[in-house]
Amino acid sequence: MAEEEFTDINGNSISLDCQTRSAFCREFTVTSPKLSLRKVMVYTCFVWLFAYAVFFFTENTTVLSSAIMLTLAGMMIHIHFVKVDHETLLIIGSLGVQLSSSCASGRESTIFIEMNKLKDIVINEAVYMHGIIYYLCILIKDPADPETVTSVVPLFQSSKPRLNCLVQVYRSCQEILAQSR
Amino acid sequence: MVLKIFFPQCCNTADSGLLVGHWIPGHNSAVVLAVIHYPFIPGQVKKYLSELQSQTQVDLTVLGSWSMPKEGKEGMDSFLKDLSTIFPQKCWLQLSREIGKRGFICQGDKIILIHYDQRKVMLSQLHPVQDVSQKSDIEPSELRLVFQTVAQSQPLFFLDKYDDGPLKLTHWQSEGREASIIAELLKQASVPVCIFLTWLLSLWHWFLLFISSKLSTCVQSGYRAVHFKTVFSPKKAATHMEFMRKANIFVSFLLDIALGLLLISWLYRENRISKLADTLVPVADRVAKELQELLEWLMGAPAGLKMNRALDQVLGRFFLYHIHLWSSYIHLMSPFIERILWYVGLSACLGLTFALSVLSDIVALLTFHIYCFYVYGARLYCLKIYGLSSLWRLFRGKKWNVLRQRVDSCSYDLDQLFIGTLLFTILLFLLPTTALYYLVFTLLRLVVVLFQGVIHLSVDFINSFHLFAIGLRICRPYRLAEGVKFKVLCQEPGTPLHLMMEINPLKCSSVLQCYRTPTYSCYPKDSWAALCKKLFVGELIYPWKQKTDKTD
Repeated sequence: MAEEEFTDINGNSISLDCQTRSAFCREFTVTSPKLSLRKVMVYTCFVWLFAYAVFFFTENTTVLSSAIMLTLAGMMIHIHFVKVDHETLLIIGSLGVQLSSSCASGRESTIFIEMNKLKDIVINEAVYMHGIIYYLCILIKDPADPETVTSVVPLFQSSKPRLNCLVQVYRSCQEILAQSR
Repeated sequence: MVLKIFFPQCCNTADSGLLVGHWIPGHNSAVVLAVIHYPFIPGQVKKYLSELQSQTQVDLTVLGSWSMPKEGKEGMDSFLKDLSTIFPQKCWLQLSREIGKRGFICQGDKIILIHYDQRKVMLSQLHPVQDVSQKSDIEPSELRLVFQTVAQSQPLFFLDKYDDGPLKLTHWQSEGREASIIAELLKQASVPVCIFLTWLLSLWHWFLLFISSKLSTCVQSGYRAVHFKTVFSPKKAATHMEFMRKANIFVSFLLDIALGLLLISWLYRENRISKLADTLVPVADRVAKELQELLEWLMGAPAGLKMNRALDQVLGRFFLYHIHLWSSYIHLMSPFIERILWYVGLSACLGLTFALSVLSDIVALLTFHIYCFYVYGARLYCLKIYGLSSLWRLFRGKKWNVLRQRVDSCSYDLDQLFIGTLLFTILLFLLPTTALYYLVFTLLRLVVVLFQGVIHLSVDFINSFHLFAIGLRICRPYRLAEGVKFKVLCQEPGTPLHLMMEINPLKCSSVLQCYRTPTYSCYPKDSWAALCKKLFVGELIYPWKQKTDKTD
């Protein structure tokens, strides 16, 4: 178990949790910062003040109730679909790699990539807006044609950790992949 | 190399015995399918396994031994070692579990124990679906082989603990076979019913061949007949896709009938159908009156354009007489309309798609005069355009060579030139009048075609909506699997790694994409450019092509 202070590319602090389950099985969890209560209150107050101002001019109560419905619906959609709580990478030697991302409401979406489809795990550079960022990705190959890379699956897309965090994950994964080759 | 053992959850608490399963070739992994308990006779075990092997085409072998010692029973270790000599294996597994502990103990290191739910894996289907029968170059992956093995070993799970055979097995069905009397009775009754229905359908199909394929009702009923042939064929569905297709067609047919009955109950409740029939004749009259006014407008000076008086009057009177004939036919039919509509409305019990097709046909019949006018206008315009192009060539001294399919120069006599030029001038000056009539009636016809197209699209949607696949995804998500997900179970030191394998169900969007029923979808026959060219030249257009139902 190891926990250190890392940040993502925007400067928000995230945390990385490495767990070694066995000699050839490791699990990495990157946790994003939680939903900030202050932001939620600011947005809600803004929307409701605006709705109250409109109500003041139009004297129509449906404006108020629709503002309430809108806020509730927006919050539910944000929690269930947009806000990612933590992302997990589970690497099991000679079986495969599992990526899972879990949202703030508890909804989990999981992908499992088998070892015969996995060519390598690498850190790539990308030009993003006005800067260069690093991201960890899995190179997928077709088992019938082992030399060509058919697709690239980027990892930790919502948390976007910085290079120091990625290097730690990369080194651990390469140890396990070296064993299974 | 790491050894992977797929262990069914139902055998977690089984008594000691032999592990029976299948070694996955090339992947250093084994799937445990059942546990045979003591006492047993090794000869009978071997006989049973070879029988099952010929039934299931799965290479079943004894994988190793399983020991879960109860209180008072000890000293099994040496007995278990002797077993490995009776059942020779290149690799003998020895799993054991102690009471009170959750982890298994296994000989050797580098072992992963993957627990799976046997029933769910047996019923599940991995997507993208690969046909077992087709020889593909792609080597099936390890997980696919595991799923295939469990699915193909169904005969192994028929023996349960109440059978008085020589062997006692533990698997997911050993507590008692799942069956229901109603399902069994239905299965027995379905074969003769299917044969009878197939015979009926062949008669109906033969009858339909006589009726023209222009009426969309007949097309729809022919289409349904083809569907039923698929569903009611006495042959059992061999592959997963065939089964899904049959089930989808059956469920969508039931939904169709339900919607049709709903429509009937709404139509006939407050005698709405006779109210509808009462408004039908005035609507037809109104349409006829509007057309008459339109023709009067064309016969005058429409939009300020100056028409050729004589031609205008001729065409206008011709079309007006048609409208007069049409409205007299409608008035002749009006006492019977209510009865006819009442009986036709009952046909909605055959399904909502039927009712919509009947509606489309009624609209086509009511606007038959528009169709006629369009055909007359188009033919006239087409003739004019061809005449003009041919005489234009004559005007320039050229000729169309039919043999060589090209334009050649030609020397004409003076008489030919004179008459040709005269005719050319006449046709050219009559062009605006004909063109205007053609334009107006083409637009009207396109409006009707658009409306019919919308109805056909909705019929198509009802036909192809696969409610069964979506229902299966919602109620039994493990049947349609996109992949698997693993969860690490908490382990004790000294035990190998335990993982729990669960099924990752298919995403709803993939369900919609994967299981579309192929239909006779209406799509435009020509591209926009070809359509415009046809309109310009005056060829008759039939914009919706109905492709025959091919299994895509």
